[in-house]
Amino acid sequence: MAGLLLSLITFIPLIGAVLVLLPWGRWQGWDSSREEAFIRRLALLVSLVPLLLAVVLWFAYDKATGGFQFVTQAPWIPAMGISYHLGVDGLSVPLIFLTALLTTLGIYYSAFTIKTRVREFFLLFLLLEMGMMGVFVALDLVLFYVFWEVGLVPMYFLIGIWGQEKDRPHYSAIKFFLYTLAGSVAMLLAILGVYFDTGTFDIVRAAELRPFAGNLTLASLAFAGFFVAFAIKVPIWPFHTWLPDAHTAAPTAGSVILAGVLLKLGAYGLIRIALPLFPEAAKQWAPLIVALGVISIIYGAFVCMAQTDLKRLIAYSSVSHMGYVTLGVGAAAFAIGLSRPGIVDSAAMALNGAALQMFNHGIITGGLFFLVGVIYERAHTRDLDRFGGLSARLPYYYGIMMVTGFASLGLPGLAGFWGELFVFRGAFDIVRVWAAIGVIGIVVTAAYILWRIIQSVFLGQYDPHKVDHWTNLADGSVSHEPADMLTFEKVTLWPLVIFMILFGIYPTPILDFFNRASMALMGSL
Amino acid sequence: MTTGRTLLYLLPEVLLLATATAVFALDLVRPRQMAGRPHFLPLAATAGLALALLTTIGLIGGGVSARVATMMSVDGLALFFKVIALLATGLVIWSAVDYLPTRTPYVGEFYALLVVATLAICVAVSANDLILVYLGMEFLSITSYVLTGFLRRDMRSTEAALKYFLYGAAASAVMLYGMSLLYGATGTTDLIAIAGAFASGMAGNLGMLGLPAIVLLTVGFGFKASLAPFHQWAPDAYEGAPTPITAFLSTASKATGFALLVRVFAIGLPMFRAQEWAPLLGAIAIVTMTLGNLVAIQQTNLKRLLAYSSIAQAGYIAIGLASMASTGLFGGLEGTLLYLFAYLFTNLGAFLVVIAVENATGAVDLPAYAGLARRSPLLAGMLVLFLLSLAGIPPTGGFLGKFLVFGAAIRSQLLALAIIAIVNSAIAAFYYLNIVRYMFFMPAPAAQASEIAAPTALRVPLWICAAMTLAIGLVAQPFIEWATRSAVLLAAAL
Repeated sequence: MAGLLLSLITFIPLIGAVLVLLPWGRWQGWDSSREEAFIRRLALLVSLVPLLLAVVLWFAYDKATGGFQFVTQAPWIPAMGISYHLGVDGLSVPLIFLTALLTTLGIYYSAFTIKTRVREFFLLFLLLEMGMMGVFVALDLVLFYVFWEVGLVPMYFLIGIWGQEKDRPHYSAIKFFLYTLAGSVAMLLAILGVYFDTGTFDIVRAAELRPFAGNLTLASLAFAGFFVAFAIKVPIWPFHTWLPDAHTAAPTAGSVILAGVLLKLGAYGLIRIALPLFPEAAKQWAPLIVALGVISIIYGAFVCMAQTDLKRLIAYSSVSHMGYVTLGVGAAAFAIGLSRPGIVDSAAMALNGAALQMFNHGIITGGLFFLVGVIYERAHTRDLDRFGGLSARLPYYYGIMMVTGFASLGLPGLAGFWGELFVFRGAFDIVRVWAAIGVIGIVVTAAYILWRIIQSVFLGQYDPHKVDHWTNLADGSVSHEPADMLTFEKVTLWPLVIFMILFGIYPTPILDFFNRASMALMGSL
Repeated sequence: MTTGRTLLYLLPEVLLLATATAVFALDLVRPRQMAGRPHFLPLAATAGLALALLTTIGLIGGGVSARVATMMSVDGLALFFKVIALLATGLVIWSAVDYLPTRTPYVGEFYALLVVATLAICVAVSANDLILVYLGMEFLSITSYVLTGFLRRDMRSTEAALKYFLYGAAASAVMLYGMSLLYGATGTTDLIAIAGAFASGMAGNLGMLGLPAIVLLTVGFGFKASLAPFHQWAPDAYEGAPTPITAFLSTASKATGFALLVRVFAIGLPMFRAQEWAPLLGAIAIVTMTLGNLVAIQQTNLKRLLAYSSIAQAGYIAIGLASMASTGLFGGLEGTLLYLFAYLFTNLGAFLVVIAVENATGAVDLPAYAGLARRSPLLAGMLVLFLLSLAGIPPTGGFLGKFLVFGAAIRSQLLALAIIAIVNSAIAAFYYLNIVRYMFFMPAPAAQASEIAAPTALRVPLWICAAMTLAIGLVAQPFIEWATRSAVLLAAAL
């Protein structure tokens, strides 16, 4: 049963997708609105199962023992030594929970907001969940690759079909797909290279065997194959240009998943595959990784300052925030082979920070994208210049946005703080100058959150003429006055706000997971 | 070898001949009874094909590897390609059932000729002698010309047949010249004897004729496989031919080109591999996939787009042949065989959807696919699967094929070839997904928003193709084993 848990988490969404596809309306004699209501409930119900199992996993994972647990291994294509090898360690357990949580919230929120092509939407959303879960549990390179690509296709459809016309959804969707695919095929060659050198596709085994050990040229080449794939997904500057388009064009729940989980796949790949398999190559390229991380932080933050579209601003903020993750991973890579006292602790701390930042960014930016959805559904615009003075009209919305925004800029006491603290605490000991430069990003982040978002949307004088009309989501009526958040929007956001506060005050439960994994990883390199 | 045994080994061919004759005869003798039963002749043809397939599978199961009737070898490789041809023809016949009656009255001849073309393939892929190689190729070509021009009142069908014929005649003349060089150098047309003559130095000074002969032979085989620069007939012929025939040309007929390439080069000219034909095929692979993909991007006619796509696919397949230095797991030939098998179902599936849409709307251009997701979720969903498989996205058969072929290239130290191939497969995703964009992102024009229904005759082959496309990617193991067994038998057929 324990071995089955990960398979269930991964494939229950697939079963759900099949269930959604079935012609319930024809079987039951329902009209289409009745059928759509049923599909919404069905999808939500199905998505609750992986969430529940992810909670079980969270508590059942034995942190004291560490290592890979709930391992399943069965031959898949024995001719090539490809196996169905699943397992989770301290790094993946929280990310699985994050994926399940954001999927459920996304489905719940979409159940109220998605009005067209309902069946397709929930079908694709569940397939997407399967792909993401698969990446986090796969311990075989080919299996990892399969899930990696499986997650790509539904997101392409989500952006293309439910994107707003003015955001060029067709262009954004194909751009997203081609960028990711270009990286993936490079990874495919690297996977083959690993296999021909070590004779295994198994991630754990390959990490023990160290592919191309002693041949730095080939190791660097293979490392580059993986790095490009992951760097595009994270995204690390200069591979980030797909992100603002895709995030802006995607429907609200799609953006939440994109920013909340898909970006983490790239960072997860760096920590799970790139570092442990190619420590020497990683060490060699660490200065570049650190530099790219810092550039991402600062570049992303400054570009945010220049945005006039709220959703695009938040999209670029992901480039900046994921830069901290890159900096943490790069600093850890930089520490490989150094033998200064305390360096392993610093490296593990940087890695902890990166992992924490992954989780917290998922919660916070997921929340921010939901909040963009809230205002967009009402105002039908995201232009920052057309808002102002909304704090008095939408006090509830203002409150939630304040908490999420402050969490995003790293206010102590909220979740966003810890990731940044750990990354910089670790990085200062390893790459001092770069870390110091990176701190500028925190200042600029505070500026764009406070000035661009809080100030221009909520403060100042409310001008009823700036927005043509406000839609009242409760009954679809149109008026000149905005109406505050509805129950379903509150229900969507509260879990995220609770986690922002909970892990802001007391990050230990989640830090325990990451710390064990980081120490184990740094100890093995 | 006893006559009985010879006949047993040639049973698939015998059955095909009988089937073709029977279909011709039934159509001739009882035209009035046929009229009300459009499914009778296809059923008869399919029954014959199924019998031939069963005997072929029986021979595979028996591990047959033998020289038959002097000029033929019945071995794993030949049987592999026979299976491909028989499956392809069976599916193509059913794709034509609803396509033909509105376009031509000569339905019976069509099915019979298709079975004859299959017979030609079965003979060609078994050929172990240059004479029979040539005869098999010509046999297949001539039936293909007729089938391409089958819609006599359709100008484009006639034009396609003429272009195909002129190009094919030239290609086969060039190939024949290459064969004559080999005969001149070695004094024999038997592939194994040719290899022996070159190896023992019997060819003497004439051994230098090996390279020109290889180049000239490549023209003939490359023509059938639509490898660049011998591909120019393909877009026009594919566009003008009846769509079921386009499907046939792009799968079974293309596979035959590769089968002959493998047999003649690997058995007849193995000593020229490392220096001559492997690099040549590598270069051709690069040109073919790059050209196919770049030109496919600009196509708006779906048949033409799939034509260029199938040229590009031929380029990927040729990578496997260029990597034949590696054998066994991630061997070049093994990868090629698996790729071809997966490509068969994938490409046929795509054409089945094209046929269904063409039957309903009469159009094959991209705008006709706008809103197909609404008009027929089944067809649109299936086409997405096939296009993803063509693009090499897992978990499909197309992915497994690319995985094996690229792996073979890396294993044979052809890293540059592998890198160009992956860049190409990323480019290709653009135009495959462009079709998806039309089907799913664009609304159907108001004038043609009606539902498109797929008749059972199309739906069954469609489901078979979809199931196999997924099964090859997901189950993988038996297919890899079969491809591996088929690849090692080859030279043992003495």
